[in-house]
Amino acid sequence: MDSLDINSIDSLPGLLTMLAKSLVVMPEIALLIAASTILMVSLFSGRKSDLFTYILSLATLLGMVLLILPSINKPDVVLFGEMYVNDELAKLIKLLVCVTVAVIFIYARPYLLNRSNSRPEFYILGLFATLGMLVMASAQNFITIYLGLELLSLCLYALVAYLRDSNDAAEAAIKYFVLGAIASGMLLYGMSIMYGITGTLSLSEISIYLVNVNDLNIGLIFALTFIVVGVAFKFGAVPFHMWVPDVYQGAPTAVTLFIATAPKFAAFVMAIRLLSYGMQELVADWQQMLMILAVLSLILGNIIAIAQSHIKRMLAYSTISHIGFVLLGFLSGENFGYASALFYTVIYVLMAAGAFGVLLLLNKDDDTDVDNLSELKGLGQSHPRLAFIMLLIMFSMAGMPLTVGFYAKLYVLQSLVYNDFIWLAILAVIMSIIGAFYYLRVIKLMYFDDLLQNLGTQNSLLANTVISVNGLLIVGLFIYPNYLLNYCVNVFQ
Amino acid sequence: MKALCLTIVLAPLIASMLAGLFGRVIGRSGSHWVTILGVAISFFLSLLVFKQVIFDQVSHTSIDIYQWLVVGDLSFKIGFLIDPLTVTMMLVVTFVSLMVHIYTIGYMHNDPGYQRFFSYISLFTFSMLMLVMANNFLQLFFGWEAVGLVSYLLIGFWYTRESAIFANMKAFLVNRVGDFGFLLGIGAVLAVFNTLDYESVFSQAPLINTQTFAITENIHWPVMTVICLLLFVGAMGKSAQVPLHVWLPDSMEGPTPISALIHAATMVTAGIFMVARMSPLFELSDTALNVILIIGAITAFFMGLVGIVQNDIKRVVAYSTLSQLGYMTVALGASAYSIAIFHLFTHAFFKALLFLGAGSVIVALHHEQDMRNMGGLRKYMPITYWTALIGTLALIGFPGFSGFFSKDSIIEAVYHSNLPAAEFAYWLVLAGVFVTAFYSFRLLFLVFHGESRMDAHTKEHLKESPKVITIPLILLAIPSVFAGLFIGSFVFGDYFAQSIFVAEHHQAVAELKEHYHGIGSFISHAFQGYAVYLAFAGIICAWFLYLKQPQLAESLKQKLQIPYNVLLNKYGIDELYQMLFAAGSRKIGAFCDSFGDRLLIDGLVVNGSANIVNWFSSKVRGIQTGYLYDYAFVMIIGLMILLGGLFLQ
Repeated sequence: MDSLDINSIDSLPGLLTMLAKSLVVMPEIALLIAASTILMVSLFSGRKSDLFTYILSLATLLGMVLLILPSINKPDVVLFGEMYVNDELAKLIKLLVCVTVAVIFIYARPYLLNRSNSRPEFYILGLFATLGMLVMASAQNFITIYLGLELLSLCLYALVAYLRDSNDAAEAAIKYFVLGAIASGMLLYGMSIMYGITGTLSLSEISIYLVNVNDLNIGLIFALTFIVVGVAFKFGAVPFHMWVPDVYQGAPTAVTLFIATAPKFAAFVMAIRLLSYGMQELVADWQQMLMILAVLSLILGNIIAIAQSHIKRMLAYSTISHIGFVLLGFLSGENFGYASALFYTVIYVLMAAGAFGVLLLLNKDDDTDVDNLSELKGLGQSHPRLAFIMLLIMFSMAGMPLTVGFYAKLYVLQSLVYNDFIWLAILAVIMSIIGAFYYLRVIKLMYFDDLLQNLGTQNSLLANTVISVNGLLIVGLFIYPNYLLNYCVNVFQ
Repeated sequence: MKALCLTIVLAPLIASMLAGLFGRVIGRSGSHWVTILGVAISFFLSLLVFKQVIFDQVSHTSIDIYQWLVVGDLSFKIGFLIDPLTVTMMLVVTFVSLMVHIYTIGYMHNDPGYQRFFSYISLFTFSMLMLVMANNFLQLFFGWEAVGLVSYLLIGFWYTRESAIFANMKAFLVNRVGDFGFLLGIGAVLAVFNTLDYESVFSQAPLINTQTFAITENIHWPVMTVICLLLFVGAMGKSAQVPLHVWLPDSMEGPTPISALIHAATMVTAGIFMVARMSPLFELSDTALNVILIIGAITAFFMGLVGIVQNDIKRVVAYSTLSQLGYMTVALGASAYSIAIFHLFTHAFFKALLFLGAGSVIVALHHEQDMRNMGGLRKYMPITYWTALIGTLALIGFPGFSGFFSKDSIIEAVYHSNLPAAEFAYWLVLAGVFVTAFYSFRLLFLVFHGESRMDAHTKEHLKESPKVITIPLILLAIPSVFAGLFIGSFVFGDYFAQSIFVAEHHQAVAELKEHYHGIGSFISHAFQGYAVYLAFAGIICAWFLYLKQPQLAESLKQKLQIPYNVLLNKYGIDELYQMLFAAGSRKIGAFCDSFGDRLLIDGLVVNGSANIVNWFSSKVRGIQTGYLYDYAFVMIIGLMILLGGLFLQ
């Protein structure tokens, strides 16, 4: 792969050209082949199919990382009439998605084993969802974006209903599905209007069209609004957030972990492709919309989270408020803003993975989910290590120094201040202070309240090691944030 | 060099994390092995760096490790400055720390917090190394606060003891005062120089010497004096100078190895080190140097006096530490930075030795610390006795021992200093020599000579401490005798020439240098001054009062009730602070609690906003009905808002 000379591809004879081109797109092709193979293997491997699937899925994701790593800092690859582009942003997102999904599988495994009907679908659906996200990362055309998005969404709907016997899960799944369909419809509607006006589905051609057009058509803004709604739904920004709390609460915690983490990368890259690469000319218009979404998300997310007693619901509203921050970084419409939003997304995923990871590693005797905040009481005494990791995560979510969450917020605020959105920065800070209340409450419950009930832990060495690393990263990235930040800045150069 | 420095710093940190986080897994012996290994690595690599800097002349290298943070046009870096001053401190810190690690195996062997203790002292070594190796103020401040934190944790190590909790709280609060000044000083440096990097600050310093801060329209303060005084406030807190000294005697609530390592040899000397490191700044402000001289001299003399009336063996050594820190500070004020560091260097060895010796006695007597219940231990604990004797002789400046060279140089330097406060300081430090000799030998005689005053049971089990305790004592006794011989290169050579800057008109050290003709003549020259005779007089007085005529000491105590009580109450400073600051701030706190907290914040803001939040969430809950069609409806409304917003423009 790394010895492949991009310029010489066209000079190779027919079949070889095809092969070479598919090698370049290999991350996705390899993943498709692997996922289909694993599906077959799991069908015919009898009682052990669950374990086989798990190991093969992890191996696949590891292989994906090894495939993507050598291509970093190589020239961009553009294929299929600009439908597919593998640039530095795409590679970074793919890398992050694969690592995140692997971590999700590791955290989820012991949890799923304890639910008596553990079946291999989780990993297979997860792999196909990953494929969808990878396609989205490289999509440079309405068709490919929609293809990736639907592949991801369908897998997620199915995953939410993973525990077939659970009424809550079924309810959440159907809500997610219907609302998702409406959002998809709106996105498609926007895309088709755009196609009607510009006559193209390619984002780069649309951007050229927009540069050349003199007076802005009202239809363009119409199309833009519908596209923004589609993006906002995927992010879960207010007022397109209604599915978030219900799905977070209803889905099995392992699936909640999935929904809360990796797809945010996909939503981010989709927003970048559509709004920045495609419609940078309309920045003044989408900036306004994102501002409304961001402000509403910050206010509503933080304030409603205070009133929650259910952990997953609280984290759902906390996610909404974090999305508000990501959008704040995004809406400045210039490279540092995008970089700060990407940095925030990465840190958010790190924190969310850790928070749900801790919940997954705690185990009640009757194998029901740990979902009430009061169940965390006294965790500092019974499980000092997990409680400490949770403490770091909560501090980080609140944006305290000594944790990387501080930097995530700092850079977004910096980008706002540079672009003269002072009032937005002030609002964001005030909302962060309000948000600190419910994060600190978790710490108070864990360390200052007496033990209420003894929780067990999953004794998976791998999962426990990964969660410890996850916790340490939150401090480690505070001490050494530059590599990641510079990386985020560089992908937008 | 970069990798070398990183290893030196990180080895104790990693060891500390292993012992602290996995203490239960690796067990007691695992914990002490891993931490001793970490510190030993640091020590031997420090020796290597020492060799490179001193003998191979690869000196004065400022190494940037990485850039930590960029805010605006300020960049904060993490890096090391390796020069003779740094390597000297690195050697002292790692050597004493290594000795204390080994000693702790014996001292703490029954303690349930064994692993925690090793984790803390390794963490301390890391923090102290960060402090001395920093090449910028930010990292210096990190190390400064980190050693403060570990000191706090270790003073309160036995956290079930009420007195320990009180002492660590006190240390923490008093240090806050100092650190506040220090932080303001760093802020002033940042404001004036727009950088925190040592090299650029030092090189720009002479240029801005004439600048002033306008406090009001008519009052202008020289920038350098303000910066130096603020930084020195930090040093006063950390190095326990009057009036911020009150925490150090109480810090003796911590385990004895800690008193030796943190509260005698290393951390408390951080202030001295800092001022020496900042010599290019301090040299520009004669006002600051005068203040330093006065504060140091007061600490040196009056804290020594308090040491005379203490009965707790550790407290006597603690007051002696205060007094010796005063000597170092006086040397700084006289612009004799190299002598201050030299005294720091010798003091680290003999004071650690004295503390560990005291610890050895305490262990042998089953944690008895009152000297009135000791006596005659010489024949039971010969190694402890002889090493303690060496430490004491070094402390009082007995000719030939290490302390003699450093202390005598300080007195001579003050004599030659031409600052207005120098004469005042000179007489105090000279009188301090007598006091030092007196309380030191009082301790030695009360503990090791005379009749045994302990109970019969203790006396039966009395024996010399185990090897892990005596070997560090012997290893520390060696430099306590011989470290003074380095005076030629340390003080009078150009050893510190790259690290320390002395202005031309501060000629104290330069004059000393002229009179210096080798070690022999230095010793014989000392007999022409007063200091040596004062020391002898102190020994004789102590011998007479506590061995020859013990009843005389009692009757003197009766006759001199008033001065005795003043000293016993430590001049009433503790009570004053308790009354003024502690009680005062509690009153303010109570007022803020009743008015600000309960009425304003709890009543109006918190309950008010909680009511609003409740009202708000109940409304919003109304929307979050759980019904799908409501959700879809909200989405449509959202779409309308976005569209409407655009078309209204």
